[in-house]
Amino acid sequence: MHGFGVALTPTNLVLMFTGVILGVIIGVLPGLGGANGVAILLPLTFGMAQSPGGATSAIILLSCIYWGALFGGAITSILFNIPGEPWSVATTFDGYPLAQQGQAGTALTAAFTSSFIGAFVAVVMITFLSPLVAGFALEFGPPEFFAVYLLTFCAFVGTSKEPPFKTVAAMMLGFALAAVGTDTVTGTLRLTFGSTHLLTGFDFLVAVIGLFGIGEILLTLEEGLAFRGAKAKINLRVVLDTWKELPRYWMTSLRSSAVGCFMGIVPGGATPASFMSYGVARRFSPDGDKFGTGKVEGVVAPETAAHAAGTSALLPMITLGVPGSPTAAVLLGGLMIWGLQPGPLLFVEQKDFVWGLIASMYLGNIAGLIVVLTCVPLFAAILRVPFSVIAPIIMVICAIGSFTVKNAIFDVWMMVVFGILGYLFKKLQYPLAPLVLAIVLGDNAESSFRQAMLMSQGDLSILFSKKLVGFMTTLALLLLFWPLVTWALGKLRGKP
Amino acid sequence: MTQGGEGRPAFSRKSAEIAVAALFFIFGAIVIYDSARLGVGWQEVHGPRPGYFPFYIGLLICVSAVVNLVRALRVAPEKSSAFVHVGQLRLVLAVLIPTAIYAALVTWFGIYASSVLFIGFFMRWLGKYPWWKVVLVSVLTVVVFYVVFEIWFKVPLPKGPVESMLGLN
Repeated sequence: MHGFGVALTPTNLVLMFTGVILGVIIGVLPGLGGANGVAILLPLTFGMAQSPGGATSAIILLSCIYWGALFGGAITSILFNIPGEPWSVATTFDGYPLAQQGQAGTALTAAFTSSFIGAFVAVVMITFLSPLVAGFALEFGPPEFFAVYLLTFCAFVGTSKEPPFKTVAAMMLGFALAAVGTDTVTGTLRLTFGSTHLLTGFDFLVAVIGLFGIGEILLTLEEGLAFRGAKAKINLRVVLDTWKELPRYWMTSLRSSAVGCFMGIVPGGATPASFMSYGVARRFSPDGDKFGTGKVEGVVAPETAAHAAGTSALLPMITLGVPGSPTAAVLLGGLMIWGLQPGPLLFVEQKDFVWGLIASMYLGNIAGLIVVLTCVPLFAAILRVPFSVIAPIIMVICAIGSFTVKNAIFDVWMMVVFGILGYLFKKLQYPLAPLVLAIVLGDNAESSFRQAMLMSQGDLSILFSKKLVGFMTTLALLLLFWPLVTWALGKLRGKP
Repeated sequence: MTQGGEGRPAFSRKSAEIAVAALFFIFGAIVIYDSARLGVGWQEVHGPRPGYFPFYIGLLICVSAVVNLVRALRVAPEKSSAFVHVGQLRLVLAVLIPTAIYAALVTWFGIYASSVLFIGFFMRWLGKYPWWKVVLVSVLTVVVFYVVFEIWFKVPLPKGPVESMLGLN
């Protein structure tokens, strides 16, 4: 309750609405998404976070951008059949057919409402679970933290759709990039090869802006430049009619929220959650074979799950310092830049901040629902701006965003390089999420590993020394070799 | 897929896979080389040397690059689909090359003047807009950026000769 007092100041409310509106715009525009939208705006909050209570305002602004982007992705998928965000791809399956049948309003209302429900369930879960997880994690030492990191990264290898060795390659590239610059423990320069630009290392913000922003625009270009959209009108009647219809899908919502929360906490992320939930809903729904032709249920399922996942990705971020999604990783980086050390101690040392953030999750999502329901035509109009105008403007915004991270023009060049990498990686199925997470967490993972090794004098068995750490390490290894296990099982079944 | 030049594959997926895997290998080798220079071993009292952790990272990059390379090589040439078509590549390069030039221009001309040129170039060349629209939109956008960043958020962006001519420094 105390948190609502922190979040409900006039300044923070204004920031909340500003954040949501900016976020929706970012979500609607191709090439700008949650992760790089937050990344571009992060440098602007450096000044803000210095004032007392400013860090809370700053995180409210940034997290509301994130909620806005989650909402915004649905608009483009339904009206234009262009998913503004990867996690809204599954929304196009039934959303776009609905819009073509003239029911865009129904589809949009269903999408927004179920996003709201998904997010709400996740926030309730965060409210009750995070103090418990944090209390538990207060007992952690370096070996436990390293085991958590290990678990996070192994989970990527085990659960991602991409070929496992490509996941490993992308992840290790991230770790290597994180190692560039001054070694945090000994102060030695690593991998700089005498270049002064590399002294401070690669900044993950620049990588995110390049990989997700520039890379995305290059990919969009291949598809051609035309946007063909359905007209959108939402009035109160449509909203109320849809709301009357929605309670029928309570089972779908519940299931999708559960899928979403689970996928958000283990770093599966919103995108697989939305697909998985769509698939589950299709299997269990009585008219599952009509999915894909414009069923409201087919919009409810992926949207609920995507938002539940997107929101619950913040739980491991604030309690353990391990983000569940690329955007959460960027937010985590923000906390570190503002001088807050994410992790269990946050709950002890920065009570106002944590509960302010959690309260703003409730309020931000309400603000989001209001904004998107009232402003859909406005946001749809943005998409009618021709590509040859909007593309260079997005590029300029990305360039400014990269520059402001460290006031270095070198970073603008790096952004272009990361853009090319992002384009190549996406086409060749190298996953970007583990790469970004590794850049953000690289230094922490390395120092906890080195501290653990110091404790044991270089003996790896410390990772199995206690019950908890041993359990996590074993689980991590199991997940790491999961593709191998399923492959072996498949072989066995194939040749009995 | 049309048979014309636009639909012809510019690269096969296989060659793209091989090239990226090779790049990964080279990068991993660089990481290993530098880690070896810093020392990968164990030092009394201080514990692991600075190259200890990156060394294994580099090793893993090289190993996974080799696996990806082998997987790419084992794809039969007739099964390899197109990585990018000529028409698509042309569009991508039409944006990528100006962007690279833009990034270089920022170094000498500052971000504002370069951005006017960049947006203007896009609108004129790809969008074929009349000149007055080109000038209006590009200048207006940059003025908005100036107000937001320099005045509102007080974040100084790089400036060049054009800006100092206008007395904005």
